[in-house]
Amino acid sequence: MLGALSAIGEATARLYAADGARLVLAGRTIERLEQVGADLVARGAAEARSWPVDFAACADPASELERMAAHLEGPVDAILLFFGVLGDQALAEGDPGEAARIIDVNFTAAVPWCLAAAALLERQKAGALVVVSSVAADRGRQSNYVYGAAKAGLSVLVEGIAHRLARSGAHAVAIKAGFVDTPMTAHLKRGGPLWAKPATVARAIKAAAGRPGRPVVYTPWFWRFIMLAVRNVPAFIFHRTRL
Amino acid sequence: MTGFVGQDQFLSWGRVERVRQDVAAPAFRDELKGLLAEPDDRSLLAVGLGRSYGDSCLNGGQRLIDMTRLDRLIALDSARGIVLAEAGLALGDLLRHIVPKGWFTTTTPGTRHATLGGLLANDVHGKNHHRAGSFGRGVRSLGLLRSDRGQIDLASDESGLFAATIGGLGLTGIITSVELELAPIRSAYLDVERIPFGHVRDFFRLAEESVDSHEHTVAWIDCTATGNELGRGIFQRANWLDDGDLVPHAENALSVPFEAPNALLNSVVIRAFNGLYWRLQKSGRARQRMHYAAFFYPLDKVGHWNRLYGRSGFYQYQCLVPPSAAEAAIEELMREIAASGAASALSVLKTLGPARSPGMLSFAREGATLALDFANRGAPTLALLGRLDDIVRQAGGRLYPAKDGRMPADMFRAGYPEWTNFAAHVDPRFSSDFWRRVAR
Repeated sequence: MLGALSAIGEATARLYAADGARLVLAGRTIERLEQVGADLVARGAAEARSWPVDFAACADPASELERMAAHLEGPVDAILLFFGVLGDQALAEGDPGEAARIIDVNFTAAVPWCLAAAALLERQKAGALVVVSSVAADRGRQSNYVYGAAKAGLSVLVEGIAHRLARSGAHAVAIKAGFVDTPMTAHLKRGGPLWAKPATVARAIKAAAGRPGRPVVYTPWFWRFIMLAVRNVPAFIFHRTRL
Repeated sequence: MTGFVGQDQFLSWGRVERVRQDVAAPAFRDELKGLLAEPDDRSLLAVGLGRSYGDSCLNGGQRLIDMTRLDRLIALDSARGIVLAEAGLALGDLLRHIVPKGWFTTTTPGTRHATLGGLLANDVHGKNHHRAGSFGRGVRSLGLLRSDRGQIDLASDESGLFAATIGGLGLTGIITSVELELAPIRSAYLDVERIPFGHVRDFFRLAEESVDSHEHTVAWIDCTATGNELGRGIFQRANWLDDGDLVPHAENALSVPFEAPNALLNSVVIRAFNGLYWRLQKSGRARQRMHYAAFFYPLDKVGHWNRLYGRSGFYQYQCLVPPSAAEAAIEELMREIAASGAASALSVLKTLGPARSPGMLSFAREGATLALDFANRGAPTLALLGRLDDIVRQAGGRLYPAKDGRMPADMFRAGYPEWTNFAAHVDPRFSSDFWRRVAR
């Protein structure tokens, strides 16, 4: 679990814990990883090993990932990538530092981890790479296009990895999540039928990890149709909205 | 790090008050200190799943800390039956992990959608009060974070702050963790017996004769009946089975998606519903094997059922009257409700045992407790509740703060004479709408 301290990451880990899985929890803060790990063990995980790492600063993600896999002894069933930041769109428009941070965390830092995971799974000839992306990747919108651009890059990367792995026995999938009630979105006005709980998204993630053949999964499912519509609205109409 | 964000979406279960509050929802315990230390004169209150009916979980115009993301198990000793968890863990979530291992909480309220911190802060009781006492009796220790003293661990043998925090409505600081002793079970199912009774006085006879033979007792009352059928109802009594079937409850999909029109639960509908239910159930004794979810949490089958009361919401009225005055007072309450023409959709009557509750402001003590729901129709509803107050006070009774959104301050003070001792333990930065109403 890369980014196990994210709300969606922890919710997904709980589903695997209920199956008695062995987990490596990678994230930044050791104390928090230990708290999450103790909970997962109480919820049934055979093991939940804390693995402190700064994803963006890590010099050699491939070796780090190999060490995690070696710790688990034997083929890895799934490598799941959750880390990311929403950032501040308005700030990013005037501050190149904020724009760079959004691109760095969501895209630049994720690329070597995804490539390392692809190599590991390709060698195993089994297992899933599941990467949490966003519906924001589907069309640039004035409210969050820097974040959307980073997630679009990430989605294309994962799509390419899915293609690469297609005949290997392993598979990759990008999860395009809609609005999720997490600390990342705490400053937004929430509630209503479009907002999902992390546990709902987590179920889609675990299902996607277990089922090859769909390189892109929208969650909750209705976002597939919402985004189909959003992508196809002509610009002369779209540009009149404040989406 | 999550800070406070202004919003108007956090409601109590009765949905009568709609207030704007700044809410923070920390994901990790280490964030709490920072939230307490924020330079802000407005008061704080930590809240769980918002199942309190009135205003004890509201802090209008001030600040709330939503504890529901702090829902981790810290340690589960399934050999000895002891669990330590973050205070935001929901009872239902806990049960899903302990039931398969043969454990249950020492008691449970009528919903599993409440946090451990909330159960503790309201020192809730259940259908087995005459055996197990209130929830606080199963609390071995708790973690409390105060603005003036920092993190404190309180064990049950300490007096003072521990006793103030049990049933203390979240006012003594943030309850960060809860350690519970669990009760062994040998099945997730109960042997439930339903006995119709024709008059409220028969209830007391049934309750009396069941105290020694049955761990769980409760009665549904048809508040719309009058005359020699006053307070007719269905008495339920149950014991855990020992068939080894330890399957936990499933989460259900059924939910009320939005507020119903205010007129939906009107007195005609409620009368019809109560009458129909009575006719369906009255035909003699019945025994059945029931899962704990169906027996303890029948209303949890429908998510957000409180939306059926519409935009104006509803009041819950739960009183407790001492044993000597119980029968006469309950009959008088029934007569007053029947005469008013208002109808309570769901009325529940139960006798509580002599076990002493550990909290200073704990509601549960020996006597009979009656819980009623009334749609909020404004002045007439409040006038009726005022007349019920008079009967309860005459009988030396009191009301349950977890259910209350309106009792006069003098009624609270008369019912809870220890409130002045309690007030000394309130965290200087904590308050709630309820507390400002009854203690100021």
